[in-house]
Amino acid sequence: MNTLARIDDLHISFGGVAAANGISLTVEQGEFLALIGPNGAGKTTALRMVAGLLRPDRGRVFFGERDVTNLPAHARVRLGLGFTHQIVRPFYGFTTVENVMLAAGHRQTESPWRALTSRSRVAAREKAQAILERIGLAAQAGQSPRALPLGQRKRLEVARALALDPKLLLLDEPLAGLSSAEATSMADLVRALPGQGITVVLVEHNLGEVLRVADRLVVLDAGKVLAEGVPKDVMARTDVRQAYTGVI
Amino acid sequence: MSAYIASLVSVIGINLILAFSLNIITGFCGQVSLGHAAFYGIGAYTAAYLAKLGAPLPLTLLAGAAMAGAIGIVVGLTSLRVRHDFLAVTTMGIGFVFLGFVRKQKWLGGELGISGIPGSGLDPVSYAMLIVAFVAAVMGFCLWIKHSWMGFTFDAVADDEDAARTVGVNVSTYKLTAFGIGTALAGLAGGLYVYFARIILPDTFDFVQSIAILTMVVIGGTGSVWGVFAATIALTLLPEVSRAAADYRLLIFGAMLMLVMRFSPGGLADLVRRKAA
Repeated sequence: MNTLARIDDLHISFGGVAAANGISLTVEQGEFLALIGPNGAGKTTALRMVAGLLRPDRGRVFFGERDVTNLPAHARVRLGLGFTHQIVRPFYGFTTVENVMLAAGHRQTESPWRALTSRSRVAAREKAQAILERIGLAAQAGQSPRALPLGQRKRLEVARALALDPKLLLLDEPLAGLSSAEATSMADLVRALPGQGITVVLVEHNLGEVLRVADRLVVLDAGKVLAEGVPKDVMARTDVRQAYTGVI
Repeated sequence: MSAYIASLVSVIGINLILAFSLNIITGFCGQVSLGHAAFYGIGAYTAAYLAKLGAPLPLTLLAGAAMAGAIGIVVGLTSLRVRHDFLAVTTMGIGFVFLGFVRKQKWLGGELGISGIPGSGLDPVSYAMLIVAFVAAVMGFCLWIKHSWMGFTFDAVADDEDAARTVGVNVSTYKLTAFGIGTALAGLAGGLYVYFARIILPDTFDFVQSIAILTMVVIGGTGSVWGVFAATIALTLLPEVSRAAADYRLLIFGAMLMLVMRFSPGGLADLVRRKAA
């Protein structure tokens, strides 16, 4: 496997409290990697630093061979680094399909001049409709996101990220707040993404689903990597069970 | 067309360009601006100063728009740091800074402003028609923006900046673009006003003027080109059809703003849309 992304020695503190304390890890092309750990371990913080939504105090983020540490979030998205929020952030003024269309037309929005001189939305609408079909939201295309239940809003968040043609998709707790059936369905949906050429990094508390879908686990604790490897081996480790589940 | 009608058409036209220009910043891109009259003033002072030096009309209009647009982009940089009510207060401050500056500059006429501005070379009716042509061009441009990907992206920035970033939108660039275009068009309106009035006074570009422009946009419906078009014409004509309306203009504008905010925050455009639905 080739390394798609790499983070080296990431540090970040908030008000003197270290949320990341030297996190280093690699993401291999085509894998489904899950970042797990107890609350406050630094999972979401690490993901947000990779996405460019937080700037590390120290350390580097590489995407492919490129050092993207100083690139803003929107520029990383354009390199193929997609991201979904833990708390869904649809554009409430748009319909469901328009939410996905804006992402599908990312080439048109590359610069204000390009956007000003582009009018046709036909191709973006077709691409958005196809993604909504694939993700099970075709019937809701014309609805406002306000009308969608949480499970469908989470799917919309994923649909919007997929419309950006990402090489690497960072998913921040996509199963949070979902019913058991919805969580299984969403986990199946994202599990299929590596087969479609999209590498996935998942931050998730639903350990049952994580163990079912992940190829590899990285366990964070107190802002550091505690363990990594295949799920079965990692979860067999005493230190991981102590840190993550409190069970010896 | 009588001289009175030509004058009325000119005032409506200038107000329309002003309202469209603010609508790009506030209506399309969601950035509150309470100091828009400052850019109207920057365009007017630049055009008046150059006109008095003997520059021809096309050059003075262009220079007025360019100066207002350039300063507008600098002011727009503040929108990258502050949002919502903080941005409103900051832009209001820009209006006061502009007035405080021009009132103290002898070379700009100080409190007395600039008078003795040469004419446009056109008779009042032809000049009114020139303004109408500019209104048509600006309105067409606004409709083009609205239906282009730029309008779509402005809507996204106005809706949720952080979500816009996660779909690859360079929010800063789009905000600066809105400020640049909007303030340049306000500068163009200022230049057109110069040849219409032939005298400019600092008070023409005060806070009340900024609020008057905002009232036209809000009552028409922020983001709606046709709504802003209708509201601007109605609000400009109101003092002409009723002496009482002229005397109580500010009171009426204020009351209308409150009523619109209470009963139809989307303005006339939203009211029409809801009635049609």
